[in-house]
Amino acid sequence: MNIRIALAGNPNSGKTTLFNALTGSNQFVGNWPGVTVEKKEGKLRRREGVTVTDLPGIYSLSPYTPEEVVARNYLTGERPDVILNIVDGTNLERNLYLTTQLTELGIPVVVAVNMIDVVRKSGDRIDIPELSRRLGCRVVEISAMKGIGLDEAVEEVLRAAESDKTQPVHRFSEPVEQALSAIEARAATGFPEAQRRWYALKLFERDEKILGKLQPDAAVAEAVEKEIQAVEQKLDDDSASIVINERYGYISDMIRHCYRKKNAGGLSISDKIDRVVTNRWAGLPIFAAVMFLVYYLSMVTVGTFATDWANDGLFGDGWHLLGIGSSAYEEAAEQYGDSDAIIQAYLSAYGNEELAAALDAESESYNAEAVGAALGELLNLVPADASVIYEVTDEETLAVTEYASGKTDLEAAVEAYLNTEYKAAPGAPTPEEYGVWVPGIPVLAANGLEAAGTPEWLDGLLLDGIIAGVGAVLGFVPQMLVLFLLLAFLESCGYLSRIAFVLDRVFRRFGLSGKSFIPMLVGSGCGVPGIMASRTIESERDRRMTIITTTFIPCGAKIPFISMIAGALFGNSPLVATSAYFIGLAAIIISGIMLKKTRMFAGDPAPFVMELPAYRLPTVGNVLRSMWERGWSFIKKAGTIILLSTIVIWFTSYFGVVDGSFRMLAEDELEYSILAAIGSGIAWIFAPLGWGTWQAAVASVTGLVAKENIVGTMGILYGAGGNVYASLAAAFTGISGFSFLVFNLLCAPCFAAIGAIRREMNSAKWTWFAIGYQCGFAYAVALMIYQFGLLFTGEVNVIGLVAALAVLAGILWLLFRPAGRRGLKKAVRTAS
Amino acid sequence: MKTLRTAEIGSRVKVVRLHGEGAVKRRMMDMGITKGAEITVRKVAPLGDPVEITVRGYELSVRKADAEMVEVE
Repeated sequence: MNIRIALAGNPNSGKTTLFNALTGSNQFVGNWPGVTVEKKEGKLRRREGVTVTDLPGIYSLSPYTPEEVVARNYLTGERPDVILNIVDGTNLERNLYLTTQLTELGIPVVVAVNMIDVVRKSGDRIDIPELSRRLGCRVVEISAMKGIGLDEAVEEVLRAAESDKTQPVHRFSEPVEQALSAIEARAATGFPEAQRRWYALKLFERDEKILGKLQPDAAVAEAVEKEIQAVEQKLDDDSASIVINERYGYISDMIRHCYRKKNAGGLSISDKIDRVVTNRWAGLPIFAAVMFLVYYLSMVTVGTFATDWANDGLFGDGWHLLGIGSSAYEEAAEQYGDSDAIIQAYLSAYGNEELAAALDAESESYNAEAVGAALGELLNLVPADASVIYEVTDEETLAVTEYASGKTDLEAAVEAYLNTEYKAAPGAPTPEEYGVWVPGIPVLAANGLEAAGTPEWLDGLLLDGIIAGVGAVLGFVPQMLVLFLLLAFLESCGYLSRIAFVLDRVFRRFGLSGKSFIPMLVGSGCGVPGIMASRTIESERDRRMTIITTTFIPCGAKIPFISMIAGALFGNSPLVATSAYFIGLAAIIISGIMLKKTRMFAGDPAPFVMELPAYRLPTVGNVLRSMWERGWSFIKKAGTIILLSTIVIWFTSYFGVVDGSFRMLAEDELEYSILAAIGSGIAWIFAPLGWGTWQAAVASVTGLVAKENIVGTMGILYGAGGNVYASLAAAFTGISGFSFLVFNLLCAPCFAAIGAIRREMNSAKWTWFAIGYQCGFAYAVALMIYQFGLLFTGEVNVIGLVAALAVLAGILWLLFRPAGRRGLKKAVRTAS
Repeated sequence: MKTLRTAEIGSRVKVVRLHGEGAVKRRMMDMGITKGAEITVRKVAPLGDPVEITVRGYELSVRKADAEMVEVE
């Protein structure tokens, strides 16, 4: 026996809690086709062959929001065997509004009045038999959170699925009922009897989606329209409003008879909390404090710690088991400091080949005794008043800093080299000596492959392609989980809606929701969890807009290359990084305003009518589950894209034609790679931006794997002469460098973020639109920066300048043209 | 014409009529702002918009522009 149960109910009615309680861990999370709405299905616990489909939380079956359309199409198209309608017992009146619509579908309905424990505690009483009679379906009392009445609910649902025929009991006023009968007879006879009334009602409401589906012929449509107009004239309102009014009228009456409130008035705890949290004066400071905490926990402390471990430990060199020994090692490493660099500098200034050979740690004859002797001799060779400049390269940004040193520095360095605590051989302290050192996966894999004697290309594919790709996917997960945990808590306790309430005024100007703040804040740490955090935004349009614009904010991985440009071309001016943040913010605002007016985002404006749910303490289980679901869906849905792209980029950068033969390349042979050929092919595109070289183009492409790769690639491509920064300064002017920076700041994000966009958009079309828009916008801004910048240096390029002016004019027009929103105009006209 | 927008904070009003049409009106009505419904205006957001109201026993956030469409007494 196969039974399909559809779980329907308002948002915040405890639907997710009930779904989890019913299905346990037998869940499949996905998306409804074509929309960004999440779809969940599960198998009922302890029952064979019973599927539960969790419909999106909705207030009504109107055809306006994607959630409602999805739910409606499922109910009318797939026709589940029974609907389990969960209603919030503490908020019956509005919850039953959906119930009256569900009972009209001709599908058996069971109403579960949730939070019955809270209702009872407050001393209120619900007359269940009377409620059942007036709704025309079975009604049970449950508490999904406390697990009260769940077994009984399941029994009732299964019984209803077998035998019930739910018929709506509620009747509309006489004129409406007459019209419904007439419409049913004229236009809905093609449907099974149980569904006729529903279709007639939708025709009466002039529901465009149903009209489009039924396509009644002209004569029928006219007759129906006549019926509607007659009623509208009699009752002086439009047909849809008449239906809603009468529905609520029926429900109000029902509540009066079925719900006995013990004491009216008085402030509940939730009211008291709300008084403080969204207070006119305290609201913003509290909001700032909460946001700081979210950022601090997910991006600065716990989250970053976890992600560093995943990236540098698990998918890096390795880590200390339980972190024991890490701090001791770091201390030793710090004490050791630049000793290697100092010794090398003196070695090349005063030493000789013999000494260099003895100090070569890579050589086979390297041994502690010879090293000690060599260093002693080096000290003898260096005069007391010697002064040597040594260089230290920053691993992240490749910035080279020069330090002056005297002989005492060398003596200290030699001392450190020979005598650092905990080390097996002379030289820098090694982490293995400070605790239980667990090597990272790449190290283990490399050792294993070496032992197996696999060919070089296979090593490369596995290490630089697949393991690096998997690392790129999983490296984000720990941090994401921390963030999702916080988000799930904020969401289920009710504060997230208050954020939207507090910030709505600012964000709606840019076509965003107040809830867009969190994705953007988080996006300044990492765009991937930022994009995933957009899930909490209720309107699909705002959600899409947020997904597209979140990655404009400089994320942590963009900082190294911003510092690199600042260091190489702008004398480390802090203004460069600051300007990057302002440009990111401006890009969000400008894009928001421009996109809001385009046809893709126009259409019927969804009014911002948002429920502010009562504050509730969420259960640990639900918060954890929500966290894991989001994290897992990222791994599954985004993982494939990230992995594939990483492999493609690896292949194109490690293979190429050298001297007429196609072969695998070493790391520093990037110039012969397929990628370099592609770079040369597309470099002309970037010429108007001032950096039409294949090196810059290749660096931008490798930035797609991870933005910090730009630095590494630039290091290889510009590092031939020794000093990367000097070569960069020669290759770029200040203006072209800044244009390069801005382009890479705003253009398509890394593959991980693109994967996240794909996951959240749930549509290839929208994903491509997002990437296309980001790249196009980045190109336009970089073009303007370069061409207008040239104006100041006096090297005007007339064609380029004209193009830049045209782009500027285009953007200004898109910004300031009147909004082309049909619905809005209509609303304004009727309001005035 | 008195609207929900001009109603004072803390006041209790009754909906006379909803102006506007289409999705906006439908959404407001779906949430329970229908003819005859009683609304208490609770407070204004820290930045001056939207407003928080109580209707049919629960809290709702409504933008001032949308509140203007609700005629009250």
